[in-house]
Amino acid sequence: MAPFPRWATKTGLTLGSIAVTMLGLLFVTFMIGRVMPVDPVLAIVGDRASQEIYQQVYQDLGLDRPLLVQFGLYLRDVMQGDFGTSILTARPVAEDIARVFPATLELATLGTLIGVVLGVPLGVIAAVRRGSWIDQVARVVALVGYSMPIFWLGLMGLLVFYGILGWVGGPGRVSIFYDGMVPSVTGMILLDSMIARNWTVLRDAFSHIVLPASLLGYYSLAYISRMTRSFMLEQLSAEYVTTARVKGMSERQVIWGHAFRNIRVQLITVIALSYAGLLEGSVLTEIIFSWPGIGSYITTALLSADMNAVLGGTVVVGLVFVLLNVLSDLLYKVFDPRAK
Amino acid sequence: MTAFSKFLSGSALGLALAVTSLPAGAATPDNMLVIANRIDDITSLDPAQNFEFSGGDVVGNLYGKLVNFDPLDLEAGYQPDLAESWEVSEDGRTITFTMRQGVTFQSGNPVTAEDAAFSLRRAVKLNLNPSFILTQFGLTVENVDDMVRVEDGKLKLTTDKAYATSFVLNCLTANIGAIVDMKTVMEHEADGDMGNKWLSTNSAGSGPYRLVAWKPNESVTFEANPDFYQGAPAMERVIVRHIAESATQRLLLERGDIDIARNLNPEDIAGIADMEGVKIGEELKGYLMYFSLNQAVPELAIPEVRQAFKYMVDYEGMANSFLKGQYTVQQNFLPRSYLGSVDENPFSLDIEKAKALLAEAGVDGLELEIGVREVQDRMEIAQSLQNTFAQAGVKLNITVGTGAQILGRYRARDLDVYLGIWGPDYPDPQTNASTFAWNPDNSDEAQLTGVLAWRNSWDAGGLTEKVEAAVVENNREARAQMYRDIQAEFRETSPFAVMFQNIEQSAMAADIEGFTTGAAITNAAYWNVTK
Amino acid sequence: MNEAHHGLRGWLLSDAPQSRLQARAAALYLGWLAFRANPLAMLGLAILVLLFAVAVFAPWLAPHDPFAQDLANRLQPIGTEGHLLGTDSLGRDILSRLIHGARITLYIVGLVALIAPLAGLLVGTVSGYAGGWIDMILMRITDIFLAFPRLVLALAFVAALGAGIENAILAISLTAWPPYARIARAETLTIRKSDYISAIRLQGAGPLRIITRQIWPLCISSLIVRVTLDMAGIILAAAGLGFLGLGAQPPSPEWGAMISEGRRFILDHWWVATMPGLAIFTVSLAFNLLGDGLRDVLDPKSEK
Repeated sequence: MAPFPRWATKTGLTLGSIAVTMLGLLFVTFMIGRVMPVDPVLAIVGDRASQEIYQQVYQDLGLDRPLLVQFGLYLRDVMQGDFGTSILTARPVAEDIARVFPATLELATLGTLIGVVLGVPLGVIAAVRRGSWIDQVARVVALVGYSMPIFWLGLMGLLVFYGILGWVGGPGRVSIFYDGMVPSVTGMILLDSMIARNWTVLRDAFSHIVLPASLLGYYSLAYISRMTRSFMLEQLSAEYVTTARVKGMSERQVIWGHAFRNIRVQLITVIALSYAGLLEGSVLTEIIFSWPGIGSYITTALLSADMNAVLGGTVVVGLVFVLLNVLSDLLYKVFDPRAK
Repeated sequence: MTAFSKFLSGSALGLALAVTSLPAGAATPDNMLVIANRIDDITSLDPAQNFEFSGGDVVGNLYGKLVNFDPLDLEAGYQPDLAESWEVSEDGRTITFTMRQGVTFQSGNPVTAEDAAFSLRRAVKLNLNPSFILTQFGLTVENVDDMVRVEDGKLKLTTDKAYATSFVLNCLTANIGAIVDMKTVMEHEADGDMGNKWLSTNSAGSGPYRLVAWKPNESVTFEANPDFYQGAPAMERVIVRHIAESATQRLLLERGDIDIARNLNPEDIAGIADMEGVKIGEELKGYLMYFSLNQAVPELAIPEVRQAFKYMVDYEGMANSFLKGQYTVQQNFLPRSYLGSVDENPFSLDIEKAKALLAEAGVDGLELEIGVREVQDRMEIAQSLQNTFAQAGVKLNITVGTGAQILGRYRARDLDVYLGIWGPDYPDPQTNASTFAWNPDNSDEAQLTGVLAWRNSWDAGGLTEKVEAAVVENNREARAQMYRDIQAEFRETSPFAVMFQNIEQSAMAADIEGFTTGAAITNAAYWNVTK
Repeated sequence: MNEAHHGLRGWLLSDAPQSRLQARAAALYLGWLAFRANPLAMLGLAILVLLFAVAVFAPWLAPHDPFAQDLANRLQPIGTEGHLLGTDSLGRDILSRLIHGARITLYIVGLVALIAPLAGLLVGTVSGYAGGWIDMILMRITDIFLAFPRLVLALAFVAALGAGIENAILAISLTAWPPYARIARAETLTIRKSDYISAIRLQGAGPLRIITRQIWPLCISSLIVRVTLDMAGIILAAAGLGFLGLGAQPPSPEWGAMISEGRRFILDHWWVATMPGLAIFTVSLAFNLLGDGLRDVLDPKSEK
């Protein structure tokens, strides 16, 4: 039998490590859920329930079996695509996630777009004019972004831009009376309303997303611009840049044609990381803007010991994180000049 | 055109439009009612299962019941609804209901006694959270087919004892008494669940509204039933949107994006009260804020100590500051407006008296743990208690947790002191009497975890028998007097310090008429609302 | 000794250090000179020194008892007589609470900044030095924790152990260590192969000795930079937990919990949430400024 080609072995290894990571993630989450002193039975039966009803639900949930058996049963179901039923919503967890994840995806994508479009040029300029006032301003802008408690900024932003000025839409994804007016295809209202060619809803949805997305974009900008600056500085001090300058190449070509080309790879990793961060870390923004996304879904579920929902949500977010990492690794290999 | 190419061709134009003109707040349409509320507690909309505060408001607008309240005249008590009239048998154990003719479910099926019998049997057989409201009449999974039956097109309900008729009928006004469409529900049965799974997210009733969609933690959408037997509701569409923060609800109301904000805190109510075009509705609700002393802690079982704690609370101070307008002092276990409720609140903050009582009991240097949910007003009450207890020499450590966390420990008799809210399950004094002042078996093995007295290891000091006597007394005035007597004793001797009764303040657009949250006895009703 | 310079300064700036100590001290001093030239970084340092002083002298600086309630005087605005920054919902003095809260913030930051990098250093260096299957297992574990949504992991942990400041610290540390492990491993991999480590190994030094004596010191500088830049994140994470009601327990004047309490009044009594918000912001910014400055000095990549 011929040995496997190299790419197959590599793909197998990557897939294997993803599988191991996901399995570990599930296991840790599962165990945390089981040792938590929050009683999932109580979340179902409520305050007034008699001990008899309590016992019945306890057994229905399989909580009387050994932990490892419970985990095994759970894994078997997950393999078949069944994440169980959420206690809080009385629906399959997979269905819940299909509803809440697009909301987060929409928000995080727009946030990252804003961060990239503004952050990269800001970082490049700051590096080129190192020590100038632009550099100092960029530094302060970024560090302020790093330092602001997002829940406070969010509340203030809502108060000023929605409450007082009325420039943007309020909390939620669309104004309430537009709710459900466009059919859900992607689950992302901006896209759905474009597909349905319903410009009124699109405008309304945009006015709602612009503020939370700008907030997340600001955080993304802070991170991306600082990293861009530091990558650029490294390149600009390299010898080939000096050589290129000596050869009389235009400054623009030196910066964008050479230095920037070389940091693309690192930049992709940073952007992927920042994107993953927004996808997982926007819990507080979602709460403040009544944004029905996956962050607030997991948080609410966690506080009510709705472990099926927590497990399902964590797996999805974890998987996205791992996939983004793999993707940026791949891009690394495609773009990395040394790999050629 | 494929969705994708539509999207591509649309996006450029769309984004240009979106960026150039952002809309300012617009008023809600005339035939639509938009309400901001906290609805993250809803776990099922099946009337046989639903048992949460905000879920009750949903179910109440979807289903008719045998007897129900008139939202515009709540004080009149229960009224005929799907049952036109009823008769009580000589022995007082059987009630015969005559059904209203010509009423149909939204499916078009007529509402019959068979549907009513099915609904009650179903609720007992499913045996979910609220089923005790029916099973307390002696209905069981085994006997319910005999106890609830249809004869000559009439519904007969037999109970194990001759309970006060008002008690039985009051229980039937609770959402578990909702009449569901038997045919439709059984069409959706899966794995012998009597349609429970389907009904959790759908409706099959004859009420003023139909459920369009319930998106958990997001919104509930209703559509009017044009054939509602009391007349089609003016509000053709009702949307209840989940908005967690008071400040956010207020901003939405100020911008005209919603009609009613139901969870404004006292500061936001004060801030919006003078605004033009906004009015505040106030209704006394049935929720009681109390703290209780676990009798398993030896010091707390001393009568003088129990009394002392009732003097260590700054009732007026709290009611006039951070609880202002939303809680009123109430030191008895029946909410005001209930049969037999009393208005006597003898306790006030008196540190010297509390100290004297503690000294009399020989208790000194007490250190206790209080469990409280992570809800802001309760955490503030806990801190105020911590402050006043300290003045009397009692050290109070606050443990904050999620609802299920704290409740779990409370049910396991594991907390020294519990601070929380109790809401009545149906509009009859028995609902609270049977949990605060009734405990037939105080042993650990009894596991009466649904009973508050048991959770506090309190044997109810002889009140158990009095509660059992009151519920079978058919003379209304005699029954009321019995509850007054029970409460007089309870107030002085029990380990419960009931402190406040809730008042719900709803801020709404000034043109909204006919909205009620259901006061202390029932759910919010949308079908009489006009604007 | 160089003729042109005398005294301590001269000794520090010498081109030809006579001893190891002198070389190290000189490197530090040069770093300090570079750092001092960065006004923003100096500002950050100054704020942190001030914070430390406030925390130490809190009982003497605070005008009131941070726990003393006065329901009759609640929600007083800024500049009220006797209450410079106003009072909160229970009538407690906000300034005094902020001052005492500085202790809690420092306590959280200090402990997390100790636990997380140490754990990361341990895992990373062992993983990098040992290689093979140990490396594989440790790095898989690191990946698992990296893949966790951070706030969710912290929340789950706190929910499991019960709310409270110590548990919040543990939870944040648990989410913070993996990046340090990655950094430490990367550094170890580059150092491991170097000639001088081989030389030391030939002299008979065991792996434990090499890791603790040779590799750890070399990893420290990049870790310090990273920690300083992470401080703000730690403060914000603690505040986020407090905001969700799972951090410090009442009546503790933890800043995040104070925002959480005050956010109910944001429309009419904005200062109740804004003052602790500003405090968090200022301290986070100070750490970031300091970290940014330190990076310029210590991180050789952005030097030159």
